[in-house]
Amino acid sequence: MSPHGNPEVPASSASDVIRGAERVPAGTPVPDATKSESQTAASPVTHAPSVESVSRATDPSAWGLWEVFVRSNRGLSHVHAGSLHAPDAAMALRNARDLYTRRNEGVSVWVVPADSIASSDPGSKGAFFESPQGKDYRHATYYTKSEGVKHL
Amino acid sequence: MSTPETTGHGDISTGVAGGDSNASATRITPGNALRPEDIALEVRTGLVKPTEDAAEYALRLGDDALILAQRLGHWISRAPELEEDVALGNIALDQLGHARSFLTYAGGAWDKSEDDLAYFRREHEFRSIHLFEQPNGDFAATIARQFIVSYYQFELYRRLMESTDATLAAIAAKAVKEVDYHRDHSAQWILRLAGGTEESRTRMIHGLRLMWPYVPEIFEDDELTVRGAETGAAVAPSSLRSDFDRLIGEVLAEAGLEVPDVPAAPGGGRHGKHSEHLGYILAEMQVLAREYPGARW
Repeated sequence: MSPHGNPEVPASSASDVIRGAERVPAGTPVPDATKSESQTAASPVTHAPSVESVSRATDPSAWGLWEVFVRSNRGLSHVHAGSLHAPDAAMALRNARDLYTRRNEGVSVWVVPADSIASSDPGSKGAFFESPQGKDYRHATYYTKSEGVKHL
Repeated sequence: MSTPETTGHGDISTGVAGGDSNASATRITPGNALRPEDIALEVRTGLVKPTEDAAEYALRLGDDALILAQRLGHWISRAPELEEDVALGNIALDQLGHARSFLTYAGGAWDKSEDDLAYFRREHEFRSIHLFEQPNGDFAATIARQFIVSYYQFELYRRLMESTDATLAAIAAKAVKEVDYHRDHSAQWILRLAGGTEESRTRMIHGLRLMWPYVPEIFEDDELTVRGAETGAAVAPSSLRSDFDRLIGEVLAEAGLEVPDVPAAPGGGRHGKHSEHLGYILAEMQVLAREYPGARW
């Protein structure tokens, strides 16, 4: 336990177990030092998730990820509903129909390859989204209406 | 439905707890489709009562759908991908819905509920044909079975929408849209498996050969369907064959596959003669209802 550890968290908490698993190979005397890295990588507990995600990305037969957008009514925008796996657009549309329109949700569905979507960096939240704060004059309601102006 | 004027059942706008008060077996509005509960209410209140022939006919179609739903349900958590799991599960639920409607209506002739018919009949009392009870096999075998079933059911329900029996027509009108999607699903997979790897193509060909011996039984007429076709209440299975062959042929040609040349298996499902598979399906399907009679879930 580190001195800053929360004493109320039991030693068997998930994060502790995983850290412990990483420590064991490193702290154990290894006859051949060059093997230590491969042994760490082979540890099934700590590295299983990343191995899985790598094989998804590099295995050409694995189905890619698609983002699904559903329009619930004519006149409304398509709204992100979730994601799914599919080998191509034709099957992505069918899977979207099966997964996201089972309860009368939509009149139209879009599917987009997930890697075609560029997203803003959560780390730059301040620069991206907090600059408009306090700039009331960007809202139409900031200005007083002139006398005699109708329909504004 | 396209011809609401032909209804003869009146309005049943009272007594549907929690459901749609305007629902009727013979009047369907978009997003407000016919439910088995609506048929049950009409049967219970005496608004509709099937003839003995119509009930027997509905029992056949209901049993087909019920057994297939049970078979397909076995794919849950076993399909190649999670998405396909859901697709097959959806198809199974569609079939279960058709089964509930048909069995509810059939039961009206004998004062039996859908559950009485599904859970408390014995093997020789089931009227499903052999194709529907064939084992799932690998994914390609299931797709082969789906391919045959969906193209047959689409042609059947398309014609049954014109039935002189308004309830059968209403059930068919709802089912045909769902089965249309089942056709699309199976045809997609036929093309993909046939045009995929050598392994997938070999399995697809094998799957079709496994299922094809059970095709002829689908299109056999007997006294019941001949009588039903004469009155316009039922559809003669033999009348579906040419359209089935043509549409199936188009997909197989696109996939570069041939219609399997295999001898027909002996049928008899319509008269209660089943293969060794049905007993096991029923054992699994019926065990809970029989072990705990009256259990609700």
